Amino acid sequence: MTRVNAHVAGWLLLLPAVAFLALFTHWPAVATLIDSFHSTPRGRRPAAFVGPDNYAVMIDDPVFWQSVSNNLWFAVGTIPVSIALAILMALWVNDRLAGRTWLRTAYFTPTVLPMIAVANIWLFFYTPQYGLLEQVTGLFGAPSHNWLGTPDTALACVIVVAIWKEAGFFMIFYLAALQQIPPSLAEAAALEGASRGYYLRRIVLPLLMPTTMFVLINAVINAFRMVDHIIVMTRGGPDNATSLLLFYIYEVGFKFWDTAYAAALTMVLVVVLGAVALAQYLFLERRTHYQ
Amino acid sequence: MAAIVLTNVSKDWGETRVLDEVSFAAEAGSLVVLLGPSGCGKSTTLRLIAGLDQVTAGRIAIDGRDVTGLPPARRRVAMVFQSYALFPHLSVRENIVFGLKARSVPAAERERRLARAADVLGLAQLLDRKPSQLSGGQQQRVALGRAIVAESPVCLMDEPLSNLDAQLRGEMRREIRALQQRLGMTMIYVTHDQVEAMTMADRVILMDRGRIAQNGPPEELYARPRTAFAARFIGTPPMNVVPADPLGVTAPRPGLLLGIRPEAIAIGTEGIPATVRNVEYLGADSLIETEAAGQTIFAKADGKSELSPGAAVRLAWAETDCHWFDTETGERL
Repeated sequence: MTRVNAHVAGWLLLLPAVAFLALFTHWPAVATLIDSFHSTPRGRRPAAFVGPDNYAVMIDDPVFWQSVSNNLWFAVGTIPVSIALAILMALWVNDRLAGRTWLRTAYFTPTVLPMIAVANIWLFFYTPQYGLLEQVTGLFGAPSHNWLGTPDTALACVIVVAIWKEAGFFMIFYLAALQQIPPSLAEAAALEGASRGYYLRRIVLPLLMPTTMFVLINAVINAFRMVDHIIVMTRGGPDNATSLLLFYIYEVGFKFWDTAYAAALTMVLVVVLGAVALAQYLFLERRTHYQ
Repeated sequence: MAAIVLTNVSKDWGETRVLDEVSFAAEAGSLVVLLGPSGCGKSTTLRLIAGLDQVTAGRIAIDGRDVTGLPPARRRVAMVFQSYALFPHLSVRENIVFGLKARSVPAAERERRLARAADVLGLAQLLDRKPSQLSGGQQQRVALGRAIVAESPVCLMDEPLSNLDAQLRGEMRREIRALQQRLGMTMIYVTHDQVEAMTMADRVILMDRGRIAQNGPPEELYARPRTAFAARFIGTPPMNVVPADPLGVTAPRPGLLLGIRPEAIAIGTEGIPATVRNVEYLGADSLIETEAAGQTIFAKADGKSELSPGAAVRLAWAETDCHWFDTETGERL
C-alpha cells in the first residue's frame, strides 16, 4: 500500500466515529456558540443576530450571579471533603480487616443507586417534623428546623448529599491505586523506622497524586454538572439558594424557553470547565509522579 | 559473639507449618547464607528476623537483645528486598536517606553518611536520578546504599541478585561480599542459588521443608553432605545419588544410597560398565551423562570429551569419594 493509500484508509477507518462525534458533540457546541449571539426565535419571528446582547443581559442578571456563586460554594464544599473521605475510606478498606468486602460494597452503594432515588431518600431525611434528621435532633431537644426550606441551610444540605454520593465513587479509584503500591515499600519504610504517618505522607500520598489529579478533574466537572439532585430536592429554591449553573440553564432553556439566553449561559459553563481542566493539567502535571 | 540467635523458631500459616523448630546462630561480622529450594522457609526466616512477620513459637535475639516481640523499626536491622523496594517518586539521594530522615538524623550527619555510601557504591553521579532511570544493577546499589547508611550492625538480604543478569550477578556477588567484610556487617543472605552460597558464605544453612537440613561452612556442605537432599543440592552439577545395590559396588550394608560427585568419577577402562547418553561441552570441561544398571550417572571430564552417545565406557572412583545415605531417612551414615 502506498503512503497516500494508507492515509486514506486511516481516515476512512476514523470516519464513522468522527461523523458521530461531529454530529452530536462538535456541531451542537458550535451551534450553541452561534445561537448565543442571536435572539430567541418565537412564533413567526425568526432568530435575529443581536451581537453580545445575551451576554450583556447575563451581566445584569442577579440569578445568574447567584447561581455562579452557589456553584462555587458547592464545588468548594464538596470536592475537598469527598476526596479526603475517599482517601480515608480507601486506606481503611485496603487494610486486612474482617468483612472488608462488605465495607467496600457499602461505601460504593451510593454510586450505584439511581440519583433520583437517592435524592428522594435524602428528601425524607431532611423533611421537617418527621424526617430522620428531625427525629434525631428532636431527641436532644433541638428546635424543629426546615433544613431544605431555609436559604441558610439548603445549599449545605445539598452539598452533604453530593459528598455522600461522590466519596464512595472516588474511593474505588484510590483503592485501585493503593493496590498498585507494592507491599514491600511499606515493609522497607517500616524497617527504616518510618512511622505509619510518615510513610503515608512521604510515600503513599505522593504515589496517589496521579489518581488525585484524575479524581479532581472529575470532581470539578461533576460539581458543575450537578442538576438532578437539585431538580428533585429543591428546584433551585428557596429563593434561588440552591440554584446551580446547570440547573439555571435548564430552567432558562426548558422552562422559560429562552433558548438564546440559555445558549449564552451554556458558553459560560463550557469556558469554565475547559479552563479548569486545562489549569489542572498544566499545574498538577508538574508536581505529579508517573511511574 | 553471636549477633543473631534463633532458638526453636516456628511459624504457622493457618494450619500449615512453614518453619519447624529452626535454631541457628550467626557470628558477628560473618555472612550466613540461607539456602534452599522455593518454599523451604528461608525467606520466612528472614522476614521473622526482620520483624515483618511474627513467630508462632521460639525466640529471636539480635546482639544479645531479645527482639521477638519488637516491631521492625526497633530491631536495628537493615534489609535489601528482592524487588529492591525503592520509592519510585524519590530521587536516589532521597531514597538513600529516607530512613535517616524518618529517624530525624541531623542533616550534617545525613550528608556525611550519604557521601560515604555514594562513594563506596559509586553512586555519586546518579544521586539526582529517579529509580526508573537506573539499570537493574544501579537500582541494586541504591538498595544497598539504603542499607549501608542505616549503619545497622545487621543486614538482611532477600535474594538480592535474582533480578540481575548472570554477568552482573557475578560482579555484585563479589562486591557485596567485599562490602560486608569491609564494613564488618553481620549479614543474613537468602538465596536459592547454591553458587552464591558457596562463593560468598562463611556459613551456609541449607533448608528443606521448613527445617534445617545442614548448617556448616561451604566446604563442609560440599565434602560431607549430611543428607541425600544436601548432597543433591550442592555442587554444579550436583552429586549423583543412586541406589547402590543395582550397581554391584561394595557397600557398608545393602539397601543404601550411594553418593558420588561427577568430578570424582574417572571414565576409563576399569570399573562399572555404562553407556554414554549425552555429552555437554562446557568449555573447561565436559559433562557426560551415562546410564549404568538403568540409572543415570553424571561424570565430568576435563576439556572437550571425544565420547559420543552410545559409546560403552567404564566408570571408576576412589573409595574415599563415596558418600553413603540411608534410603529411608536420607541421613548420612
